[in-house]
Amino acid sequence: MARKLLLQHENVPGINTFEVYRKNGGYASVEKALKSMTPDEVMEEVKKSGLRGRGGAGFPAGMKWSFLDRKSEKPRYLVCNADESEPGTFKDRYLMEKIPHLLIEGMITSSYSLGANTSYIYVRGEYMYVISILEKAIEEAYAAGFLGKNILGTSYSLDLYVQPGGGAYICGEETALLESLEGKRGNPRLKPPFPAIAGLYASPTVVNNVETIAAVVPIVNQGGDEYAKIGVGKSTGTKLISASGHINKPGVYEIELGLPVEEFIYSEEYCGGIWKGRKMKAVVAGGSSVPILPTDLILKTAKGEQRLMTYESLSDGGFVSGTMLGSGGFIVLDETACIVQHLHTFARFYHHESCGQCSPCREGTGWMEKVIHRIEHGHGHQGDIDLLVDVAKKIEGNTICPLGDAAAWPVASAIRHFREEFEYHIKYPEKVKNPKHFELEPFVSEKSLVTA
Amino acid sequence: MTDTKTIEFSATTKALVDRILKRYPEGRQKSALLPLLHLAQAEFGGWLSVPTMDYVASVLNIKPIEVYEVASFYTMYNLNPVGKCLIEVCRTGPCMLRGANDIIEHIENKLGIKEGETTADGKFTLKTVECLGSCGTAPMLQCGADYYENLTNEKVDKLIEKWNSINDHSTYMRSNRVEL
Ligand SMILES: Cc1cc2nc3c(=O)[nH]c(=O)nc-3n(C[C@H](O)[C@H](O)[C@H](O)COP(=O)(O)O)c2cc1C
Ligand code: SF4
Ligand code: FES
Repeated sequence: MARKLLLQHENVPGINTFEVYRKNGGYASVEKALKSMTPDEVMEEVKKSGLRGRGGAGFPAGMKWSFLDRKSEKPRYLVCNADESEPGTFKDRYLMEKIPHLLIEGMITSSYSLGANTSYIYVRGEYMYVISILEKAIEEAYAAGFLGKNILGTSYSLDLYVQPGGGAYICGEETALLESLEGKRGNPRLKPPFPAIAGLYASPTVVNNVETIAAVVPIVNQGGDEYAKIGVGKSTGTKLISASGHINKPGVYEIELGLPVEEFIYSEEYCGGIWKGRKMKAVVAGGSSVPILPTDLILKTAKGEQRLMTYESLSDGGFVSGTMLGSGGFIVLDETACIVQHLHTFARFYHHESCGQCSPCREGTGWMEKVIHRIEHGHGHQGDIDLLVDVAKKIEGNTICPLGDAAAWPVASAIRHFREEFEYHIKYPEKVKNPKHFELEPFVSEKSLVTA
Repeated sequence: MTDTKTIEFSATTKALVDRILKRYPEGRQKSALLPLLHLAQAEFGGWLSVPTMDYVASVLNIKPIEVYEVASFYTMYNLNPVGKCLIEVCRTGPCMLRGANDIIEHIENKLGIKEGETTADGKFTLKTVECLGSCGTAPMLQCGADYYENLTNEKVDKLIEKWNSINDHSTYMRSNRVEL
């Protein structure tokens, strides 16, 4: 059995309550940090752990913390990013719903290290019932003396609040999130200045993902070195993976980084293989934004090495033959799935979610959606595929925030690896008019027919 | 047009608003805008009329335009009236892979409306939405604050039947869970 650091008590009855959570060792990291460690010592452990941001970008958490402007006269803030809206990602919701106190404990220990006396958890508005769960847990933590003035009799005080979003994926981008928390539209800011210098209310701010903050708890409890023993190379510790799509056992799994992708997909402990006894066609390994890979490339790198669930192994091969761990949203497509149809939902999503500040993103996502829509429905033109490649290229790297890239990569990679499927749609418009076309008659590469 | 003066939060909501305002540092009360818009929408009929938004502006002491520009940015705020029971079905990739399109079609047939429409009796509005973070339990829909997951046509039939028999909906972001 793999080691679990975050979800080890997920099935303990009542673990969502303070009492049961505390009985199972909860809030030990707060006691340890506040009573026996300086804020900097806590940060050192996080640095040693090698923990990387779990929100998608994988930036080393300890390093991010070290950038926080500690000389400023202004108050410092820790803001937890619980906006979780990247299609295919639902791990933060699971963690907050099942073990809300783990996030709260992580918020207290982390806020202590950063010197924040007010912290916020920004939760996507659609998770309103999760907000109720968190608020109840926060109330319990106040009552037990883990929040509020002079926590555990020390000189450290912290207030913790939950803030609801209003339904906008872009508010997951950290500067858009801060704008939104200030009561504005979620338009990402130009950087610099970075939040570490001028974040919430123009004060020094750290923004971290739910899972990143939760991971601080085992790191402080066991020590950063212990944490770093799990994993491979610069991918240390455990990671929550949200598994969805055409698999037998969708759900949230805590894995040790370094697990072979093949084992994750086929073992009974995790996804349990492809549903309905079918074959796998493709995987989107890290949430909708990352490049899609066909079966052969997700199981093995282009060099023929076994692909592992690590930041490095998944990105081996760059954009030509690799992908990214991203947010850990692992979407599996079986042989009956239509790549174009699937991509259309993502293109529509990014068009819908573009905040509209930059023209390449605002206009480009709209064109991509339109062109993919017409290809999917049998109205594609010759030249549409190249047009898509061209539009994607023109968005990439030319925008204020990474949403533009996130919209371009899925399109570029789908065409790179599944160009024949796009061509098929243009060549046989009648065959694709039924939305279930590949369920009725799975796509077969004409090239493979010729060679056979 | 409704007179702004007739729009006012209940005493309970006002007390909650006071508590919310204390979450932010002095002079940063505009931060309460998103939470207040949720409260207003829940209390004033499930959508935000101009007078409702003007009222929220007056509570926060900001210009009405600051409220309009925010309300129009976020998808959860309805700027037009919706049915008493707002059904939001996710249709993004992972849900689509597990049959979301069939569920949407089934609800459309059942209610005799297309997505985006409201039934003639004003009871149901059907909307399609993007990923709600429930992809592992797809297909799914949200109604009020509640998620209904691993949907089948039969489950949807039962849900609609139960919702049909409820008169007091006040579903917006409130839990009104019906058990199957
Ligand atoms: C368009 C966009 C959406 C994002 N959505 C999220 C999100 O929902 N949750 C999250 O934690 N990070 C999200 N991020 C990443 C954040 O900007 C930021 O890197 C992250 O919250 C930092 O926390 P971490 O270092 O702990 O991962 C998003 C980024 C972009 C560009
Ligand atoms: S890239 Fe898109 S989402 Fe990001 S700031 Fe520009 S327009 Fe907005
Ligand atoms: S795709 Fe429907 S909940 Fe994520």
